[in-house]
Amino acid sequence: MNGLAAVWLRPGVRAAVWQTLAGAVVIAGVLWVAANISGNVARRGLDIDFGFLAGRASFEFGENLVGYRAGDSFLVAFLAGLANTLLVAMLGIMLTTIVAMILSLARLSPNRLLSRLAWGWIEAVRNTPLLLQLLFWHQLAIRALPGPHQAWAVMPGVFLSNRGLVFPALDWQPAMGVALAAFVACTAGAVLMRRAALARGAGAALRTVVMFALALTLPVLLFLAIAEPLEGSVPTLRGFNFQGGVSVSPEFVALLAGLVVYQAGFMAETIRSGILGVPKGQVEAAASLGLARGQQLRRVVLPQALWIIVPPVTSQYLSLTKNSSLAVAIGYPDLVRVSQVTISETGRAVECITILLLVYLSLSLFTAFLMNLYNRHLMRRRG
Amino acid sequence: MDSSAVALSVARPPPAVARRRFGVLAGLFDTWPNAAVTLLLVWLLVRIGIAMWDWAFARGVWQAETAEQCARTGGLCWAFLADRWRLILFGPYPYAQQWRPALAMVLFALLLGASLAPAMWAARRTRLLLALAWPCVILTIAALLWGGLLGLVPVPSRLWGGLPLTMILASVGVSGAFVLAILLALGRRSDMPVLRAVCTAFIEFFRGVPLVALLFLASVLFPYFVPPDWTMDVLLRAQIAFALFFAAYMAEAIRGGLQAIPNGQYAACESLGLSYWQAQRRIILPQALRIVIPSLVNIFIAAFKDTSLVVVISMMDLLGAANASTAEAKWWGLYIEPYLFVALIYLAICAVISTYSRGLERRLGVSER
Repeated sequence: MNGLAAVWLRPGVRAAVWQTLAGAVVIAGVLWVAANISGNVARRGLDIDFGFLAGRASFEFGENLVGYRAGDSFLVAFLAGLANTLLVAMLGIMLTTIVAMILSLARLSPNRLLSRLAWGWIEAVRNTPLLLQLLFWHQLAIRALPGPHQAWAVMPGVFLSNRGLVFPALDWQPAMGVALAAFVACTAGAVLMRRAALARGAGAALRTVVMFALALTLPVLLFLAIAEPLEGSVPTLRGFNFQGGVSVSPEFVALLAGLVVYQAGFMAETIRSGILGVPKGQVEAAASLGLARGQQLRRVVLPQALWIIVPPVTSQYLSLTKNSSLAVAIGYPDLVRVSQVTISETGRAVECITILLLVYLSLSLFTAFLMNLYNRHLMRRRG
Repeated sequence: MDSSAVALSVARPPPAVARRRFGVLAGLFDTWPNAAVTLLLVWLLVRIGIAMWDWAFARGVWQAETAEQCARTGGLCWAFLADRWRLILFGPYPYAQQWRPALAMVLFALLLGASLAPAMWAARRTRLLLALAWPCVILTIAALLWGGLLGLVPVPSRLWGGLPLTMILASVGVSGAFVLAILLALGRRSDMPVLRAVCTAFIEFFRGVPLVALLFLASVLFPYFVPPDWTMDVLLRAQIAFALFFAAYMAEAIRGGLQAIPNGQYAACESLGLSYWQAQRRIILPQALRIVIPSLVNIFIAAFKDTSLVVVISMMDLLGAANASTAEAKWWGLYIEPYLFVALIYLAICAVISTYSRGLERRLGVSER
């Protein structure tokens, strides 16, 4: 055996050679693409410059939390798009969780008909594309709903029509902020007290009711003490549409409905498999200790099911957030829509898509980080 | 030893199950609340069924020229479906040539069905036959769709659409993704840090961004990535974006399978003197892939549904064609009919895939344990 072959047969040498090769190919590829991008951008008489964000955007879009209007800078437009994405994602996550829990309970129901119906519903929503469902909901919202004059009064003061959803709004006053801050502080305090009590071994002294009382009393008293008379606006029909209150576009309603219906199907199955994943012996042990059915579920099954459910549900929350980007197809001004419009207005495709990818990537990484924290917390509690 | 101890040690039959059995009605009327729920649901189902029947058949419109004529009864517009079903199924493909994508789909479905039947894998001869049949069928399908030979009119890929386009995007995307995913999963578990970092970064990037953003990247930004004289068909670009996106998800699924393989298997491979690739191909991957069949099928179903996202880059897949079917003035304003039609197609195909996967899972599980 000659020297070169002997060297090649050493695993360390081979690994080093392969890695250097792989690294070189990746770096060369990245450099090649980067060179192409700068060449192509220069050829079009542009440059890569995020300074355009300070420029004034001329497009208009309806609803946003940031208060963007045509004439504000592109940066504000992007922030408004991000706020819209986050708003629909957060509301979607809350509603999806509730709907999914109801669906999974129906699926686990001892009534076979109810369970089969829930199964049929879940399979139907899981096996049709989300985009199809969104387009359908959108068409339904703008075509099948009545006009503002015949709007459905869902609740007193809440109207649903083909112009969207309107509901009454309370005017903001400083007392609300104070009460909110007090609520956060009191909740944190109550949680800490409970933890201290548990550590002393006096857990039974602090019941859930006491916790709620501790967390709520001070904020409510504070608010009553300093609040000015409540002012708000109730939507009323004037001319062709509603005036006053808060109005939400049909696009938002359709997007939220579509996302919730679609994702709840997936999440319901996750929750169900989590509950079924708790060993049967646990339920039997709980029953033999004399716990009632509700107690069995609340004290024994659910805490253990949570441990199975949390990781997949977190990734479903994340996929809901990413799926909200389909809003672009029905014209809801989310982040993707804003970058699409900005590209057509400024031609800055490279910058806009870079922003888009970075924002979604950081959302994903942030969620992954939170999930790891929570997982570690559960692991510690499990011991 | 007295008699009672003897009696205790004799195995007794398990106690008879006290639950009463009702046959078909089991779990419907066994308790009062349950019976109430059942009756309520039956009543609701009957009401919904009657309303659906009324909408689809009693008030359904079979003879109509425009959407307004259909709207008069407020029922299902069958006339629209009769007029437009070929547009929805085949998109903008030239009307007189639509037998070609239809034939291509039938060929593909037949061969896929044959390849998925476990009976075909048993004998070496049929396996060889399949291995020969696939390239031939793929070439035939390509020839049928593109045309330009044997007197077939050439049809450029921008005119492809409907169900054939959806099936091409899904099957080519998933096959490409599968090969890439195996390499990525192996790379992420490799003990070479550089390789592992590259694979991890790739997977996390594609899992972290929405598919819509990737499709924009492919359609808008791709021309910036390559020298100016390169042009690439938009279909191919979307196809590559799909393959990369799903490869990342599949890689994570496969990695899960690889992690489930006991260390003893790796040690056994080493002690037999198998090289890395021999060990992966003959020992590790066959076991790992078998474990992850359910998650791979889920990803495949997701991919099939997500091909509909090409609508946002203005391609005419099944959903895009359904959108386009009402673009003409006379059918403008209809939306339930096209979406329902397309939804049923998606539902049927996904149901077939998941039923097959459950069968396969059961078969593999039973034969191994």
